[in-house]
Amino acid sequence: MKYLEGFRNPDAARALTARLAAAGEQLAAQGRRARLMEVCGTHTMAIARHGIRDLLPPTVDLVSGPGCPVCVTDSGYLDAAIELAKGGVRLATFGDLVRVPGSTSSLAEARSAGAAIEVVYSPEGALALAEREPARQVVFLAIGFETTVAPAVWLVKAAAERGVTNLSLLTAFKLVPPALSALAGDPEVQVDAFLCPAHVSAIIGSEAYRPFVQRGLPCVVAGFEPLDILDGVAEILDQIVARASRLVNRYERVVKPEGNRRALALMGACLEPVDASWRGIGVIPGSGLGLRETYAGFDAVRRHGVAITAGVTPRGCRCGDVLKGKLKPTECPLFGRACTPLKPVGPCMVSSEGSCAAYYKYVARGEAR
Amino acid sequence: MCLAVPMKLIEITPDGGHGVADLDGARYDVNLDLIEAPQIGDFVIVHAGFAIERLDAEEADARLELFDQLAATYREQKG
Repeated sequence: MKYLEGFRNPDAARALTARLAAAGEQLAAQGRRARLMEVCGTHTMAIARHGIRDLLPPTVDLVSGPGCPVCVTDSGYLDAAIELAKGGVRLATFGDLVRVPGSTSSLAEARSAGAAIEVVYSPEGALALAEREPARQVVFLAIGFETTVAPAVWLVKAAAERGVTNLSLLTAFKLVPPALSALAGDPEVQVDAFLCPAHVSAIIGSEAYRPFVQRGLPCVVAGFEPLDILDGVAEILDQIVARASRLVNRYERVVKPEGNRRALALMGACLEPVDASWRGIGVIPGSGLGLRETYAGFDAVRRHGVAITAGVTPRGCRCGDVLKGKLKPTECPLFGRACTPLKPVGPCMVSSEGSCAAYYKYVARGEAR
Repeated sequence: MCLAVPMKLIEITPDGGHGVADLDGARYDVNLDLIEAPQIGDFVIVHAGFAIERLDAEEADARLELFDQLAATYREQKG
């Protein structure tokens, strides 16, 4: 399909790599370095899979931020989900969450112990479960960034319209711009520019990054193919060399400046901003979304009286520092030794979109052993 | 969770709420409620079972054209 192969043209990649090298030399001549952050699990995987870091000049660091929705979900959230399941509720969850360690066990371990936990590929699957068994309470584990929030909110609307009363959502939605804002202001992180996510931006629109550009941070929205990423990084480096900060949308084939209005309207009707706790980062004000009072009946916390408390971080796990881009996965003492995809200690090694899983799979298996 | 590639809509249910999207012969049921007026033949971006946006073929072709030119210039320079 031309919309895939066309964006993997090797000669165009070589041309872009030459452009990156030139920008890298200009930075060196200026006595500067550049630190770019991407904040999208699919970018994390694509960058690792295509070996993009090996193509970057030595003056440029490309770090992964908190772009993996499973990774930023607090262990206390999983504890609450497991408590619900132990109480007889049927859980519907995306598969990514199943093996993530909570404070004492994972959903997978709870399922082995008899809890009813079903993997669904779409929020529609949760609705089907609830409709199939009207006498049993179903809780959908509603985590994710804006891209996943829109489908999850569809579930609330559909359940309300169909009069489904045995379904609720345990929400831990996260918003990307407030997280970027927190990281941009963190002196330990020291980010010079953002490579903005592709499909989060499809929902929220490229204009959502305007405030960061005004703070002097170049923001470039890029797609997931190798040329998209190389082109996006080249655009950022050119701006940094020129000491400019512009908002550039290079994924204009999918992302509009205003985003997906239909999805945003649905989200606005059902949800309101709340403070949210990010694993390893802490509470970021206004960085989450919770159900509005009108839809309180669909809130699992209110319906089942479960509390989401601060969870326990596994001993030695440095996922928090990895999520902030402060630590490379390979710099964590557990990486590849105590923590592997088969026996993960932290969420970044579990999720298919996690930084540690990406490094383990594509980059540095040998390095750490 | 995120199928990061565009898929072609090949069927739409009479109520317009669902469709079937094709990716190199693999077929996926897709909820179409989050996009405006889907048409058969549209390329859509699918996430968690939902089409979250459609791919603008004109914009995609324009970007591809730029990359093709970049590749051609590179080949000329390398002789």
